[in-house]
Amino acid sequence: MAKTISSPLTEDIINELKSGDRVLLNGIIYTGRDSAHKRLVEMLNRNEELPVDLKGQVIYYVGPCPAKPGAVIGSAGPTTSGRMDAYAPILLEYGLKGMIGKGLRSQAVKDSMVKHGAVYFAAIGGAGALLAQCIREAEVVAFPDLGPEAIYKLKVENFPLTVVIDRNGNDLYATGRDKYKKI
Amino acid sequence: MRKIQVEQIISAVESLCIRSNIELPQDVRIALDKALEDEASPLGREIIKDIIKNTEIAKEEYIPICQDTGFAVFFLKLGQDVQIVGGNLNDAINEGVRRGYTNGYLRKSIVTDPFLKRVNTKDNTPAIIHTEIVPGDKLTITIAPKGGGSENMSALRMLKPADGVEGIKNFVIETVDKAGSNPCPPIVVGVGVGGTIDMTTLIAKKALLRPLGEHHPQPEVAALEKELLEEINKLGIGPQGFGGTTTALAVNIETFPAHIASMPVAINIQCHVARHMEVEI
Repeated sequence: MAKTISSPLTEDIINELKSGDRVLLNGIIYTGRDSAHKRLVEMLNRNEELPVDLKGQVIYYVGPCPAKPGAVIGSAGPTTSGRMDAYAPILLEYGLKGMIGKGLRSQAVKDSMVKHGAVYFAAIGGAGALLAQCIREAEVVAFPDLGPEAIYKLKVENFPLTVVIDRNGNDLYATGRDKYKKI
Repeated sequence: MRKIQVEQIISAVESLCIRSNIELPQDVRIALDKALEDEASPLGREIIKDIIKNTEIAKEEYIPICQDTGFAVFFLKLGQDVQIVGGNLNDAINEGVRRGYTNGYLRKSIVTDPFLKRVNTKDNTPAIIHTEIVPGDKLTITIAPKGGGSENMSALRMLKPADGVEGIKNFVIETVDKAGSNPCPPIVVGVGVGGTIDMTTLIAKKALLRPLGEHHPQPEVAALEKELLEEINKLGIGPQGFGGTTTALAVNIETFPAHIASMPVAINIQCHVARHMEVEI
């Protein structure tokens, strides 16, 4: 049974979520992938104010398809999180509390998550149509020149996710495999 | 000579771009249905159910199955008795891609250069076009849009002939193991063995076009495909890497004669959105 949670995530929710939990997320999340991360971190390094305040927020690694006329957004599944590993610890230190993507994270990211109390969720890679249906509002809020890589503010409803790495550093990608590994 | 107008090619390509990104091939659906029956992990079964539901939503809403609508990769078989009129073939393919990705609301994922400015070309061109001249007066166009996530987990190794079949097995298992959850499992594994590096990688990609469940005509190769599938599914990676018994839906191997000194092996990894579509003009 999936837990229903809302974003921004409270400290209590973060502490409650365990690796392997299925959740339905409601509320506001921000998109960001390779180019947007590069810019955000460059801005932080220059002590500039970010175009979106990510303190306490959740970021979704996605580059959606364009919306068809009348639609909120096009297909919008996760991209591979590992490409954001170089930037994630800096954003976590800044105050980011949740990341949504797919695929393995580095030890540095896991350590930073434990230190700062954050959660890594996976959305189903390749399920872009299903996930788009849970996005009720979408608005570009930064870097429009990046096209699909721009930062969107999304309002999601019952957005289906799995907790992969919890705030204690437990990683479903490791524990799940161990359970079924036969060679 | 049979004449084919470029306009005909352009509109066929436009339609292929859109349809291939929305309509999952039936053999992949059959493989997913079977995976749902066989998967041992309860969470894994939930994931496969959502993957199947996603393909149904894509078809109903007529939107792409996955937001990564890929690099537009084409395999053309051009009959030697065909004359292309009104323009040239490659331009026609690229114009079809431009129209398909724009009119179909597909994501444009191509940047102008790999390591300098990386500016988006905004129409998903250029396409990657492999053309083979064949007997006859037909033009067969196959599109296989290729996503970046699974492509990034692919690998090539120049094995020695002495490494033998064990070397091939170890390399395949190692590559899939290392990829883990990154390429959106369950995956399809295309393997090319033999030829030179260009041919090895090309046949690994062509292997992904073969319908799932159909094996290589040579019994020894078919047996290796089955053995590798079993071994991969013992890795425990499972649907989306959450743990389980369905890491791959199929292993397809293509071979080519090799140099006396070489045994190159290429592994092209494809996610469960194993898209491809063909049209004959």
